[in-house]
Amino acid sequence: MENFDMTLIDWSRGQFALTAMYHWIFVPLTLGLTFIIAIMETIYVKTGDEKWKKITKFWATLFGINFAIGVATGIILEFEFGTNWSNYSWFVGDIFGAPLAIEGIMAFFMESTFIAIMFFGWNKVSKKFHLTATWLVAIGANLSALWILVANAWMQNPVGMVFNPDTARNEMVSFWSVLFSPTAINKFLHTVTSGYVLSAVFVIGVASWFLLKKKDVVFAKQSILVASVFGIISSLFLVWTGDGSARQVAQVQPMKFAAMEALWDGQTNAPLVAIGFLEKPAPPKTEGQYQEKEFAFKIEIPNMLSFLAFLDPNAYIPGVKDLVNGYTDPRTGKREPSYSEKIALGKEAITTLKLYKEAVASGNAEEAAIHKAKFDDPDWRNNTFKYFGYGYYTEETKAGLLPSIPISFYSFHLMVILAGHFLALFIVMLIFSLKNRLEKMKWLLYVGIWSIPLVYIASQAGWVLAELGRQPWVIQDLMPTLSAVSKIDASSVQITFWLFAITFTTLLIAEIKIMLTQIKKGITGGH
Amino acid sequence: MKKNIFKRIFQFYVEGFKSMTWGKQLWIIIIVKLFIMFAILKVFFFPDFLKTNFETDQERSNHVIEELTNAGKQ
Repeated sequence: MENFDMTLIDWSRGQFALTAMYHWIFVPLTLGLTFIIAIMETIYVKTGDEKWKKITKFWATLFGINFAIGVATGIILEFEFGTNWSNYSWFVGDIFGAPLAIEGIMAFFMESTFIAIMFFGWNKVSKKFHLTATWLVAIGANLSALWILVANAWMQNPVGMVFNPDTARNEMVSFWSVLFSPTAINKFLHTVTSGYVLSAVFVIGVASWFLLKKKDVVFAKQSILVASVFGIISSLFLVWTGDGSARQVAQVQPMKFAAMEALWDGQTNAPLVAIGFLEKPAPPKTEGQYQEKEFAFKIEIPNMLSFLAFLDPNAYIPGVKDLVNGYTDPRTGKREPSYSEKIALGKEAITTLKLYKEAVASGNAEEAAIHKAKFDDPDWRNNTFKYFGYGYYTEETKAGLLPSIPISFYSFHLMVILAGHFLALFIVMLIFSLKNRLEKMKWLLYVGIWSIPLVYIASQAGWVLAELGRQPWVIQDLMPTLSAVSKIDASSVQITFWLFAITFTTLLIAEIKIMLTQIKKGITGGH
Repeated sequence: MKKNIFKRIFQFYVEGFKSMTWGKQLWIIIIVKLFIMFAILKVFFFPDFLKTNFETDQERSNHVIEELTNAGKQ
């Protein structure tokens, strides 16, 4: 580890986390609110009722504010790739290039063109054409998200590529394997549906405020009705895609899966922790030893973890210790190497790359061919090069190969518990909406309002789990964060960290202020 | 006679922006934000490390391989 500037790595990670989390404040509302608006406008076009046009325009205004403030905040992440994460950018270049280029083109043409029609086209284009534009904004925004999520999924489960030792780049050999990897499909569906749930909660929360203030009551009730139905459907889809995502994690990122449940010892018939609190950790016994954290309290559902992971209540789930020490699955007989073995294999892969380059540089074609043959051999790639990233660790530093267990555990459980709360909220809101008793249920309206910050917390917790749970990997098993950074001065990263913190906080304050002003004007108040 | 399609599109945007009742403040924010991002941050704080420090792809890949193989040496 002495070869790495940990200050630089920590600040680079902190900066990326800061920008990604700020970016994700704006994105999910864009993803979901467009569909809610499109549904409202569809009702308007079908019924011809002007009330629905006003409702549509009000929510479109809030969408516009969020879109305008959030647009292009994601580009900062691309700046950071080139400056702070140049080793990583080079290593993945071809894989990231295609999806991000498609995203850029799609975002530009679909969103910018149809958003203009959505906002400027009222009374200038036909109702049906306007409605088509609104639906295309919704679809376009979601398709834009597809490509960046495909790129992210590849980092979690690198497939469809071959490493070229001459260029040090991974080259895509199957675009379809990258696009249709189960990790990518689950990640896309789960992420966008989380945006739909967030948007439904947002609409319910804002509309609840109107009902409490006895302002635009009819409009608020109609909004809650649409958002509740949309929220229930989205929540059920969210549960289904979350289940699919967790199963993928169990298969391709077993350490993240064990961390999510703070499962230290593997077992068959593994229970799922429904609620639990971890004890304060004991100090590590030796240097480099991981800190084991037992539960102070937990409520479990028997066999559920095994069932969720492999659709088999008797399946074996490896714990953190099994993954570190190596294990044999008692049911399948398959052996998984220990971290010590993976470190040795990783070092062999790194050394082979070094020897190959030295042989090429010295013009020793015979020796170069010997090393190159390894990179061309699928067996060597699948059994040795696969662990390339482990080679940056040693016996003394292998605790660094573990993610933070408390962060993974709490972020996962917070996300799941809050998702349950939102589903319950949608159902209760729908019931009272159909009974036309919403105005009398003041406690429920307050719950609706306070669910807005909660849904943003749940949404961020999902990404915290996805990204911190996979640590130390920037690309699973191939590249840890510590070898991905550029050799730049840590102080320059610190400066830009604070610049971003100030810029984004200002933008966020501006968004909240403008939105609140617009909400206070009311649904019929002008937009 | 119908106007040129490009003129009509241009006019559509101009009239749209003119008729905005809530967007002026937003446009100022967007313009300031894009200016900060592209004219300040990108230019002065976020040069592309490999493009700035190396001239050819061969040099870039050699540098990355050097980084990847020497960093792993323990």
